[in-house]
Amino acid sequence: MTAIETAPRDAATDRWSSGVIPYAQMGYWQPDYVPKDSDILCAFRITPQEGVPPEEAAAAVAGESSTATWTVVWTDRLTAYEHYQAKAYKVDPVPGTPGQYIALIAYELDLFEEGSIANLTSSIIGNVFGFKALRALRLEDMRIPLHYVNTFQGPPHGIVMEREYLNKYGRPLLGATTKPKLGLSARNYGRVVYEALRGGLDFTKDDENINSQPFMRWRDRYLSSMEAVNKAMAETGEIKGHYLNVTAGDMEGMYERAEFAKELGSIVIMLDLTVGFTAMTSMSKWARRNGVLLHLHRAGHGTYTRQKNHGVSFRVIAKWCRLLGVDHIHAGTVVGKLEGDPNMVKGYYDTLRKGRIERDPMHGIYFDQNWGSMPGVMPVASGGIHAGQTHQLIHYLGEDVILQFGGGTIGHPMGVAAGATANRTAVELIIQARNEGRDYFTEGPEILRAAGRWCSPLRAALDVWGDISFNYESTDTPDVVTTSTPV
Amino acid sequence: MHITQGTFSYLPPLTDEQIGAQVQYALDNEWALSVEFTDDPHPRNFLWEMWGLPMFDLRDPAAILLEVTRCREAYPARYIRVNAYDRRLGRQTTALSFIVQRPKHEPGFRLERQEGPDRQVRYTLHAYATDRGAGERYER
Repeated sequence: MTAIETAPRDAATDRWSSGVIPYAQMGYWQPDYVPKDSDILCAFRITPQEGVPPEEAAAAVAGESSTATWTVVWTDRLTAYEHYQAKAYKVDPVPGTPGQYIALIAYELDLFEEGSIANLTSSIIGNVFGFKALRALRLEDMRIPLHYVNTFQGPPHGIVMEREYLNKYGRPLLGATTKPKLGLSARNYGRVVYEALRGGLDFTKDDENINSQPFMRWRDRYLSSMEAVNKAMAETGEIKGHYLNVTAGDMEGMYERAEFAKELGSIVIMLDLTVGFTAMTSMSKWARRNGVLLHLHRAGHGTYTRQKNHGVSFRVIAKWCRLLGVDHIHAGTVVGKLEGDPNMVKGYYDTLRKGRIERDPMHGIYFDQNWGSMPGVMPVASGGIHAGQTHQLIHYLGEDVILQFGGGTIGHPMGVAAGATANRTAVELIIQARNEGRDYFTEGPEILRAAGRWCSPLRAALDVWGDISFNYESTDTPDVVTTSTPV
Repeated sequence: MHITQGTFSYLPPLTDEQIGAQVQYALDNEWALSVEFTDDPHPRNFLWEMWGLPMFDLRDPAAILLEVTRCREAYPARYIRVNAYDRRLGRQTTALSFIVQRPKHEPGFRLERQEGPDRQVRYTLHAYATDRGAGERYER
């Protein structure tokens, strides 16, 4: 069989005859359908196999991600199937990209279990991504109706509560990931944490692959990190935190590590995306119950978010994570070493932080989204950023963000604490200039240079990294622009 | 030591003109300004004393700077900060908060360690200044 049989049949008589009929004829293509406020809406980028009409491909996606199977089954007639069938209601060609289409599909709310990202994703991205009639398929965006939003806990604390808890306002928060990622003993690890925090950072971070290895077991890392956190608080009079990674091989291990972190007085723990949606949801509820901030590292997401024709867009992952509830999530830097077109990153940040988001093709946003009163998630910008880019970072990312300078702190020629001081001073300078109404984006390099006269750590940072940038074209860009946007 | 709470603690002390520019930014955002002072700088002491109520209706940076000056005159040896408050739905919290006066000598904090079983340590921060009575803490 080269393609799905598409010969016209009389729908009234043949709909229930045994055999294979097009999904479109089974009711999964309904161009006149008007979505309900309570429907979950999806935008899929579909690349049909040759010979498969786009409407049929869209109907197939709707069918396979809701009630259908490959052939007619009489047992459909035991149900109010019209209610449960997903409806593909619009298919548009992607401008400038022959063979690709954006299909909009509406799903009845009753198809999904309340408060379960596992259930939502088992339907929406379950079988359908391996479907032979499609060469490629990408979930671009979802409209989550408020009816469904309100069945989730959301972030354990959210941006506002986090700022009040930390007593830090009006500027991006600052962090750094301990480097080298692997190999430091607990004592050396604590040294890096202490120096970075006393120098001026708000947070330090375990890396995603620091769990409990032979060179440093988790318990030893927690003890030495908390000594460092508390000593840095005494040195600065500020609240500090270290994201203790509680990722483990099983849930029992994660709970044990989280409990120990809490007992030691840590204000924050972290998880890796690799633990899965249900484990993340459980830890989110734990974090709400125990008053501990929850940081999420999006380890592994690039395997399915990066390529434009197949996978799941990061903006969808961001929505799922806001629903299941994390306080921090890595969401791109624009200017750093990792993938991120400025327009797309703006869309992710809006999705995480705002209460209402309007459809905006320029930023990759396909639907209006209303979060009700669900708190915002603090986005984290991490990977190849340094003090010399502070004006760009604040321009693109705003102030409700955690700027994580790992190498940009620890690699400082005058030491880790000096690196931290350089970053903190740069952020305060640019915020001050922005608030004063200066054109800080243009004048940024000059503002930072001038401060180097009284802040030697900043001067040294600019001397080492001032000209470092990562200018590569993004693979994931909005369809409305033909070339990627230069930074 | 130098306590680094507040938005601009890594910059040289702000001049009145620079404070006025930040106040103007807050007013442009329709944030209400307030002045607070303390002699208990523990990082978890968020309840600094209020220098009057938040100035919801004052729109003139000079008038707000005048309150800063009055507070400085009344409490020359304490920490003073200016806060900007955003009452909008979804925020309803402080938007900006920066120190505009600090004591000449900041004695800092002692880190107390209470050693427990299994190498666990309970940590407590103790501000040396609070060894003296309220109101006498930064007097020479």
